[in-house]
Amino acid sequence: MNIDLLVNLAYVVSAALFIFGLKMLSSPATARKGNLISAAGMLLAVVVTLLNSGLDYKWIALGVAIGAAIGLTAAYRVEMTSMPEMVALFNGFGGIASLLLAWAEYHQTRNLTAFIAFVTFLSAFIGGVTFSGSMAAFGKLAEIIPGRAVVFNGQRIVNGLILLTAVCAGIAFSIDSASGYPIFLFIVAVALVFGVTSVIPIGGADMPVVISLLNSYSGIAVCAAGFVIHNNILIVAGALVGASGIILTRIMCRSMNRSLANVLFSGFGAKVQKAGDGPQGEVRPATAEDVYYILEAAGSVAFVPGYGLAVAQAQHVVRELGDLLEANGAEVMYAIHPVAGRMPGHMNVLLAEANVPYDQLVEMDDINSKMDAIDAAVVIGANDVVNPAALNDPGSPIYGMPIIEAHRARTVIVLKRSMSAGFAGIQNALFFGDNTRMYFGDAKASIQALVAEFKHADS
Amino acid sequence: MEAAFLTFVFVLSIFLGFELISKVPSSLHTPLMSGSNAISGITLIGAVASVREGNTTVAIVLGVLAVALAAVNVVGGYAVTNRMLRMFKKKDKRGAE
Repeated sequence: MNIDLLVNLAYVVSAALFIFGLKMLSSPATARKGNLISAAGMLLAVVVTLLNSGLDYKWIALGVAIGAAIGLTAAYRVEMTSMPEMVALFNGFGGIASLLLAWAEYHQTRNLTAFIAFVTFLSAFIGGVTFSGSMAAFGKLAEIIPGRAVVFNGQRIVNGLILLTAVCAGIAFSIDSASGYPIFLFIVAVALVFGVTSVIPIGGADMPVVISLLNSYSGIAVCAAGFVIHNNILIVAGALVGASGIILTRIMCRSMNRSLANVLFSGFGAKVQKAGDGPQGEVRPATAEDVYYILEAAGSVAFVPGYGLAVAQAQHVVRELGDLLEANGAEVMYAIHPVAGRMPGHMNVLLAEANVPYDQLVEMDDINSKMDAIDAAVVIGANDVVNPAALNDPGSPIYGMPIIEAHRARTVIVLKRSMSAGFAGIQNALFFGDNTRMYFGDAKASIQALVAEFKHADS
Repeated sequence: MEAAFLTFVFVLSIFLGFELISKVPSSLHTPLMSGSNAISGITLIGAVASVREGNTTVAIVLGVLAVALAAVNVVGGYAVTNRMLRMFKKKDKRGAE
């Protein structure tokens, strides 16, 4: 049988396995099997590709060995709190792999048709932007560079000009690729610059949107690379990833009631409100003992985690406290806001790591409909996603954003380091509510103190 | 003609992707992202096919780098997704730790 035909038929099977794998991701019960099926599809695709004649196996083996070693080490070492950084890095690697593939192909064959030259340009440009943009996002997440939005006058004009330059260079390259090597290198350089300049104006808490968007770019870069080498499976797989990233981006934007343009260009959170601004009032601090008595008497408790939970690595102690409350007869829930954390689904993974069963996690709409019946809402390291100003203050920058309406619970306990403002730079009226008690301190230490109170009471 | 055919595949795949991904619950969005990192490592097969005998040194360097980076995504992406999904448990099946 013709090897080429066999290889291409195997690619069809791989594509089907990717699709089945994603389909099984629609439920936590089948998701793990789905991931393995997807991996089997990938393995099949790689193995049949090795059947092509004329490959230089020693170099391929070297590359695969290095990549697999790095990938495995990273996958088993990474802390669950650092998943956003890991995904950002992987987005970047996907992007630069597409760039390098387009480059390697072009380096071997200079005289391309206009169409192939154009997709080579797209693969290199989108791949380059994905890479440097992801590195900038990684830098912000890992706090290597400042997380706040970096804005300056005329920023949009500068970015527009860079993009225009890239498009012009791409057209020039498509018209004459045979002598276009310098133009190609120029495109790569522009792409790398543009990735950084387009991500720095976006602040830390908008990272869920940025990571989703870069995820989508990395898929589109793979698609473009598929056009370059006439390979259907790259196009199918790239399109699946591209669509996934776009959907996540849309969900994240909707959960903040902001347009994508607003997230990308507004420099949200670059200004810090002065201490005197915003709602004021009397804060009611509580000690561990006070909080213990409230929780001990509560029949239903909803934890509302935010990024602060990840920073304090408090997920395990929260679960311990949740178990004690359950043993005490309370109904325990975890209310998850879609943009809590630094990437989509971040809180779910942290709580799953701490062994919280996924049927105790409640989505925003479901918890809001029964919030009035909740005895105690415990807000841990969340701020803007529980700010009632989003509902009732048309002047607030976050007005219109759907929130977890913790203020409607009978008692609200807010765990917080200090009275500093949230990412949006605004003070939170929730902290001054009549039914709110502020429990100051490091989230992990604070919850450990509560756990100790419960254990002390038992013995 | 080839270009039109590839575009046809591309457009249909985008629609399929939207259908599939919109059914993924928000609790699984992080594994979805790391899993799609792994799938975008499909560039690996293009990179592997580009490392041919008789390539110039520059092409070999570019090809091997592409192979290595795509392999990081494939291996790391699937491994970390598996590690994450293993932790998602229902209440009655919680481990006895």
